[in-house]
Amino acid sequence: MTSILDLSAVELRDAIACGELSAVEAARAYLDAIERTEPRVQAFNEVHADRALARAAQIDADRAAGKPLGPLAGVPLAVKDNLCMTHGRTTCSSKMLAEFRAPYTATAVAKLEDAGAVVLGKTNLDEFAMGSSTENSGFRPTRNPWDLSRVPGGSSGGSAAAVAARQCVAALGSDTGGSIRQPAAFCGIVGLKPTYGRVSRFGLVAYGSSLDQIGPLTRDVTDAALLTRAIAGHDRRDSTSVPRDVPDYLASVNKPIEGLRVGLPGEFFSDALDAEIGAAIRAAAGAYESAGAKLVDVSLPHSRIDRDADGKLSSYAVACYYIVAMAEASSNLARYDGVHYGHRTAEKVEDIVELFSRSRAEGFGPEVKRRIMLGSYTLSAGYYDAYYNKALKVRRLIQNDFDRAFEACDVILAPASPTPAFRLGEKTSDPLTMYLADIYTISVNLAGLPGLTVPAALGRDGLPIGMQLIGPVFSEETLFRAARMYEQAGGVRRLTPPAMAP
Amino acid sequence: MSETNETIKPVVGLEIHVELATATKMFCRCRNRFGDPPNTHVCPVCIGMPGVLPVMNRQAVEYAMKVGLALHCTVAGFTKWDRKSYYYPDLPKNYQISQYDLPLSADGFLEVPLPDGTTRKIRVRRAHLEEDAGKNIHDKASHTGVDLNRAGVPLLEIVSEPDMNAVEEVLAYARAMQRLVRWLGVSEANMQMGHMRFEPNINLHITRGGRTFKTPICEVKNLNSFRALERTVAYEIQRQHAEWQANPEGYSIDKVGKENRGYDDEAGVTVFQREKEEAHDYRYFPDPDLAPVLVSDEWRGGLAAQIGELPLARRARYMERYALSFKEADALTQDAPTGDLLDTAVTDGADAKRCANLLLGRGAAIANDRGYSIAEVGVTAGQLAELAKMLSGGEVNATAADKIFVKLAETGGSPRQVAEAEGLLAVSDAGQISAWVDQAIAANPKAVEDVRSGGKSQKKAFGFLMGQVMRLSGGAAAPAEVQRLLQQKLGS
Ligand SMILES: [Zn+2]
Repeated sequence: MTSILDLSAVELRDAIACGELSAVEAARAYLDAIERTEPRVQAFNEVHADRALARAAQIDADRAAGKPLGPLAGVPLAVKDNLCMTHGRTTCSSKMLAEFRAPYTATAVAKLEDAGAVVLGKTNLDEFAMGSSTENSGFRPTRNPWDLSRVPGGSSGGSAAAVAARQCVAALGSDTGGSIRQPAAFCGIVGLKPTYGRVSRFGLVAYGSSLDQIGPLTRDVTDAALLTRAIAGHDRRDSTSVPRDVPDYLASVNKPIEGLRVGLPGEFFSDALDAEIGAAIRAAAGAYESAGAKLVDVSLPHSRIDRDADGKLSSYAVACYYIVAMAEASSNLARYDGVHYGHRTAEKVEDIVELFSRSRAEGFGPEVKRRIMLGSYTLSAGYYDAYYNKALKVRRLIQNDFDRAFEACDVILAPASPTPAFRLGEKTSDPLTMYLADIYTISVNLAGLPGLTVPAALGRDGLPIGMQLIGPVFSEETLFRAARMYEQAGGVRRLTPPAMAP
Repeated sequence: MSETNETIKPVVGLEIHVELATATKMFCRCRNRFGDPPNTHVCPVCIGMPGVLPVMNRQAVEYAMKVGLALHCTVAGFTKWDRKSYYYPDLPKNYQISQYDLPLSADGFLEVPLPDGTTRKIRVRRAHLEEDAGKNIHDKASHTGVDLNRAGVPLLEIVSEPDMNAVEEVLAYARAMQRLVRWLGVSEANMQMGHMRFEPNINLHITRGGRTFKTPICEVKNLNSFRALERTVAYEIQRQHAEWQANPEGYSIDKVGKENRGYDDEAGVTVFQREKEEAHDYRYFPDPDLAPVLVSDEWRGGLAAQIGELPLARRARYMERYALSFKEADALTQDAPTGDLLDTAVTDGADAKRCANLLLGRGAAIANDRGYSIAEVGVTAGQLAELAKMLSGGEVNATAADKIFVKLAETGGSPRQVAEAEGLLAVSDAGQISAWVDQAIAANPKAVEDVRSGGKSQKKAFGFLMGQVMRLSGGAAAPAEVQRLLQQKLGS
C-alpha cells in the first residue's frame, strides 16, 4: 500500500474528496512526519498542529455535510515565514521580527486556505529572504534532506526541505533572485517563480519589491499547476498585480506542445557550469528533441558569465541584481528600527538616533546589515547614477535580450544553479561566492519572467540536479506543459531522499 | 549715485503644502479627518506594517491635477512615485512616498491680486503630491506619543519661483493660493487644522556703489499661519540686512550658501538650525510598489473642463456686468460658493447690486461672527433672489430686508412668510401713511416752514420729515409712498 506521504497534492485531494481518506488523517500523517524528521531537517520555524487539525476536521465535516470542497481541500501545506498570517508569528527568520504577529493574512495564503488547503506551519528562510543557503536564518540553518551536511539552498530553504523531506505535500516560497528555484533544484523538487504581477505580493514581507514573487514548491509539475492556479490573479491590495485571467493550468498540463522550440543560451553553458549539471541539461535537451521539440541556439549577452584570470566568476546580471535588490531592501527594511517595528534595544540610550542604531545593530544579522549598507550607499547622492541608475539600464538590456530570444524559441532551457547543493559553511565566509549561486536565476527576476525548476537527474553523489525552464511573461501554462513533457519523456519525478522515506 | 546709496531687493520663493480634502488617505482607505482622538484613522497600510502595500487614491491625483491646471502648469502625461528616506518617529515606514524628478505639474503661474488692485504673476516651478507624516505629541514628561491619523493624508507641495520681492507680495500669493484651492474644492485650507503650511526661501539682493551683494538664502520650515509667514519674511529681511551690514563680504550666498532657520513664534524671530549632514540625502528612488501614473489627454481635458471660471476672472465679470465696486467684487469672489449664490440669484431675475448688498451686509457680518464663508450662512440663492426682488418692488425696506436675512439664516423659510410673520412688510396703505405724515407735519412746524419757504435748507428739512415719518411707522412705511404723500401735503 502506498503511504499517504507518497501522494501528490492532486492525488491527495482526490482521495479526500471521494472519501478514501479523511483530511484529518492526512494532516496527522504529515504532523507525525514533521515530528519524526524535523530534528534532523529543521525546516520549520513554527508548526501549527492544533489549527491544522481543526481546519482538517472542518473539511471533513463539510464533506460529510455535502458541501462543495475547494480544489485543495485537505492538502497539508507549509508557508515560508515571510508570508504574513493572522495565526502565529511572521518572523522572516529574523531576531528583529521574532515576536511579530500580523493582523492580516497574505493574499496567496488566504487563497490557498479558501481553496481548502491546511497550513501546517511556517518554514525557515535566510533572514528577510536574503541568502542562497538558509544559513543566514537568524534562528538556525535548515539542512538538505538528501544530505544533512549540505544546505537546502535558499532563501526558501525551509519550504524546499520540508517538501523534499515529506513534511508537507507542497509549500509556498518567495523568489527575488532564485529563492524558490535554486532550493527546489537543491532539494530535487519543482519550484515556480511566476511572472512578476501574476501573484499578489500583499502580505509578503518585502525584500526587493520589484523582483519579489510568491510561488509554489511541489513534488511534481502537476501540483505546481494546481497551486499556481489557486494563488494567481489580480488583487486590489497590490497595485503591481496584473488584472489578467488565470488559465486552468491543471486542465492543460498533460497536453504536450506540438513543435515546441527549446532555446539553449550559449552564455549559460560556459565552463562556469558544473560539468555534471551541464551534461544533465544537455541530456534533458536531448529528451526534448526525442519528444519532437526543436532545439534552438539563443543568446543572452547581458546575462553572460565571465571568469577572470584568478578563476573568479562575474556577471552583469549578478551585479545589476544586487544593486537593485539591495537598494530596495535598504528602504523596505528601514521601518525596523525598534520604534515603529521590530526588536528594541534594552540598553540605555542617549537619544532617538542611538535607539534606532542600537536596535538595528542588535536585531539584524550580518548579511542583512551588509545589504542595507550597500543599498543605502548605491542610492546616496553622487552614487545614484553610477550604481542604481546604471543597474536600471542594464536591467533593460537584460530584458531586451530575453525579448529577442523569445522571437526564436518558446521556452529557454537553462541550469538552475552552477553546482548541486553545497556543504554548510562552505561559502559563508565569502559573500560574493555565495551571490554567484543565483547566477542562472536572477536575470529571470530582473526581466520579470516566469521560471520553473524541475529535477533533471540525480547526480553521482546522490544529489539532485535541477534544470530551469524560462518563458515570456505570462507563459506559465507553456512552462507547465513543457516541463510535464520532460517528466513524461523519462525525466525524473517525485524524488524521495532515501533518509526521509517513511 | 553716491557710494552710500543702497537699494535692497528681497527675493522670496515660497513652498506651500496643502492637505487635500479627499474622503480617504493617499494610499489606503482610512478616512482623511482632522481632530479625532489619536490613531483612530489608521490601518496596516498607513502605519507601514510589514508586508502591506500602498494603493493610489485616484481622487487625490485628480485634485492635484486640478490645482496644476488652474495654475496653468503643464500636467505631465507620465509621472511616478518616489521614496524619500529619512528616519523619524512620525514617519511609519521611515520613508515618505513623494514625487522627485517627475512631478505631476510643472511650470505654471498664479495671477496674484495685490492690495493696490493690480495683479502680479508669480511663477510656479512645480506642484507634486506626497503623503503627509504623522504628528509627535509631547504631552508627557516620560515619553513622546505619535498620532498617525495624519500619516498618509494627501499633501500637495506647490513650489514657487523666487518671484516675490516684498512681504505684501508673499502674503498676497499665499492668500491667493488659499483662495484657489478652496475655490477648486480640493482643500479646506484651514490654517488652524494645519491644512496649509509655508516654507519661505528668503535672501536679499543689495546694490551699493554699483556692486550687487547677495545674502545667503534662508529657508524657514513649517510656518502654519499667515501671521507667522508675514513676521518671518519681515524679520528675515531686516536680520539679513543687519548681518550683511556687519560683514558685507562674508555674509554672502557664495560663502555661506543656504541656511536653515526655524521660526520662534513667541519671540517673533527666526533662529539658526544646525542640520545633520545625513538629513540632506533623502536617497530618492522610484517606489517599486506603485505603478507610474499615465495621464491621458482625455483625463486631463475632463478635469480642465470641470475647473470653470477662476476667482480673478469672476471678479472682473462682477465689476463689468454687475457694476460692483472692486471691493465688493473681491469680497464676493473669496470662495466659489458665495459667487455661485450671487450668480444664481441674478439668473433668477434679482438685481445684482441688491443681492450683493445683502450678502456683504448681514451675510458678511454673520459669516464673520461664525468664522465661515458667506455661502455657508445658510441663505439659499432662491431666498436671496426673492428677498432682493421684494426690496426692489418696495415691499420691504432695507432695514426690514436685513432683519429678514438674519431670520432666514437662523430658521429658514421663505422671505415673504418671514416678513409677514415678523410684521416687516412695508406699509403702503395710503390712509395709514397719511396719518403718520400728518402727525409728523404737526409735530415739526420749523421743518415744515423750511420746506415750504423753498430756501437753502429745503432739501435737508424734507429729508428730516421723511425720517420722522419712517420712525413713526417703525420703519415699515414704504418710502416711495411716504415721499409722495409728504410732497403732496406740503405742496412742494
Ligand atoms: Zn490607513
